[in-house]
Amino acid sequence: MKVSLFITCLTDTFYPRSGIAAVKVLERLGCDVDFPHEQTCCGQPLYNNGFHEDARELARRMVRVFEPSDYVVTPSGSCAAMIRDYYADLLEHDHAYAEGVAALIKKTFEFTEFLVKVLDVDLNSLGVKWGGDVTYHFSCHLRGLGVSDRDNDAERLLRQVDGLKYTRMEKIDQCCGFGGTFAMKYPQISGSLVREKVQCIEQTAAGTVVSNDAGCTMNISGACRRHDVNVGFVHIAEIIAEGLGLMEKGKSE
Amino acid sequence: MTDGATTSHAAPLTLEGHEILCPPLPYDINTRADQATGNAQLQQFVNRATYTKDQSRKRVCGDVFGENYNAMRVLAGQIKQHTLDHLDHYLEQFVNQARQSGTHVHFASDGEEANAICLDIATRNQCRLCVKSKSMVTEETNLLSALEQVGVETVETDLGEFIIQLDHDAPSHIVTPMIHKDRTSVARAFERELGARYTEDASELTDIAHDFLRDKFRRADLGVTGANFLVAESGSLVICTNEGNARLCTSVPRIHVAFVGIEKLLPRLEDLSVLLKLLARSSTGQHLTVYTHVVTGPRRTAEYDGPDEVHIILVDNGRTEILKPETREMLRCIRCGACLNACPVYRKIGGHSYGAVYSGPIGALITPLFKGLANYKDLPHASSLCGACFEACPVHINIPKHLIQLREMMVAQGCTSLSDRLFHRLWGLSLRHPLTFRFGGWMQKMAFRRAASRQGSLDPREQQDPFAGRGWVQRLSGRFNGWTSERDMPTPTAASFRQWWNGRSDGATERRSDEGKDNSG
Repeated sequence: MKVSLFITCLTDTFYPRSGIAAVKVLERLGCDVDFPHEQTCCGQPLYNNGFHEDARELARRMVRVFEPSDYVVTPSGSCAAMIRDYYADLLEHDHAYAEGVAALIKKTFEFTEFLVKVLDVDLNSLGVKWGGDVTYHFSCHLRGLGVSDRDNDAERLLRQVDGLKYTRMEKIDQCCGFGGTFAMKYPQISGSLVREKVQCIEQTAAGTVVSNDAGCTMNISGACRRHDVNVGFVHIAEIIAEGLGLMEKGKSE
Repeated sequence: MTDGATTSHAAPLTLEGHEILCPPLPYDINTRADQATGNAQLQQFVNRATYTKDQSRKRVCGDVFGENYNAMRVLAGQIKQHTLDHLDHYLEQFVNQARQSGTHVHFASDGEEANAICLDIATRNQCRLCVKSKSMVTEETNLLSALEQVGVETVETDLGEFIIQLDHDAPSHIVTPMIHKDRTSVARAFERELGARYTEDASELTDIAHDFLRDKFRRADLGVTGANFLVAESGSLVICTNEGNARLCTSVPRIHVAFVGIEKLLPRLEDLSVLLKLLARSSTGQHLTVYTHVVTGPRRTAEYDGPDEVHIILVDNGRTEILKPETREMLRCIRCGACLNACPVYRKIGGHSYGAVYSGPIGALITPLFKGLANYKDLPHASSLCGACFEACPVHINIPKHLIQLREMMVAQGCTSLSDRLFHRLWGLSLRHPLTFRFGGWMQKMAFRRAASRQGSLDPREQQDPFAGRGWVQRLSGRFNGWTSERDMPTPTAASFRQWWNGRSDGATERRSDEGKDNSG
């Protein structure tokens, strides 16, 4: 199975280890992984701020870059949702791209979604072992993929990991307050939301937060650090890669 | 008469309240948002109450609709959308049916006109005392002070609205107007305004309000209500309440006047059944509101109860502007308040921070369209676009998508600052090519890592691990100050994912072009 990784801007520069882990896990699961070098950004920050003409240009790029791919997998729900929820509208009048957009929407998956819905993996039978207390941050944009906080692939996968003690956090369905430029434009609102998220994480007493969206991770981990809450942040791909012995805890290779 | 309505701002009773909902324009959200996020009491009441309500909605709708919950919302949305698509037809049908049952139907293009019609009805019938049930449209028109100005004593009879009125406050939630207040403020208001004995006991407080309001109901000659729905095929008005006060407002006084937005129409009673299944469950997690009245015309000759005259004022007040195809979906709203309860931003800043009659996600959509995008630039932007509102909306309004649409309209209309446009243009251009994209990433990395290094917080672990070790920045200036005022900023790692990919065995990139390879996996 040929899988192209769409690694997203923030994962590329801030959280490369998540991307590395995703590659290792997908390869272990038998996927032929490639990383099209021409990829840049899905256009979400521009689209969300109303700069649709610029976003449109990037959407067209995405369609072209991933045109040869069978599957496009991304470690970020929010970028997957940008493609699946908004690309059709964004390029509605661009008939030359109609087919390409429809195809891209169909073949784009968020990482956990791909594992569960396409590869149908069971981490337990794969022998994934990971010791530690973990809680999970549900990223809002998964809603755009039809995933709900009550029934989501990430929690399903975490519960299959041998040795992992999972504690669900309170208010798992409430946004962490990231929202892209929202976090900088309305710091009082965003700050108040992330403080509440930090409290909910603290209450779980977990040592590790699984957060699968780089934006949320930047926000929540930054707030944890500001408020002296000492927890680690990982992408679920890292837990799986470590649990399969493909990566050493705390190291990228 | 009409003059009274147009200069209604001077009425002392609602001055403060009205100003809360109609602040000087253009409106800047930040002052009130700062106050609200720093207000422990508001955080406690609003945050908790909305979250609890949202949880009950999820539980009850999940129990009742199960996996069909989404399909129900889509169906309800389609019913409303269909009605809006053929609004002219259904309005005509409604008006004909309503008139046949003896209802007087009036059209008002704006709030002033709506108030003037009501004042005219009140004076013609020499009304002195008005009992009023909850209506968001009358908040739009500021009817209360218009009536008071011409000497018609007006009493809000919904308990929450009554307390708001006594406290010279303004509703902060579409359904739960006093969500920002607690029992002690009610006790103080009753003691001060009604001369009641101070008590915080809920049932004693209810009795005080009950006795006071019963007396008003008994003597009232004008009843004003809103309506949740209008049914075109029968010409009926549908009002849902939990306290039964609207039933008294529509049956005791001689005259009943209903203020209703033109978007409240439904084609048939059969459609009403779908919407009623969703309204209370979405709103408060109840299966149905305690009272659901269907009012079709005034008291008939053989009937004991009911008014001599029923008037329905169909209010436009900016709605036909939103009826344009690209924004029409917003008019599906049935004012259930589910999006407010689900919204993390509303939970933190409360309704008054929106500086308008309608707050929360739906308010952030319709207020800028009612009052001008340039007057409410913050509302569409003060959202993290988390989508909880869309998930909660019983008529399937894609609120996040429309918030983005308003942001786009602002860019198109030149409401955005020059620096914002320049920043996004340059950003957009840099993302169009992998080279400039990588250069941008490199610049960002250097800037953040230099700042972190200066602030003494580059992780020593990074020496060992270029893909995970990072530093932290505590203070940034300019655009990024809003980030570091609340939380630390992580720096990019020393090396990027691309660098890792390029550094692995070259085989990986070759695989991509190797078409003859067996891909069975």
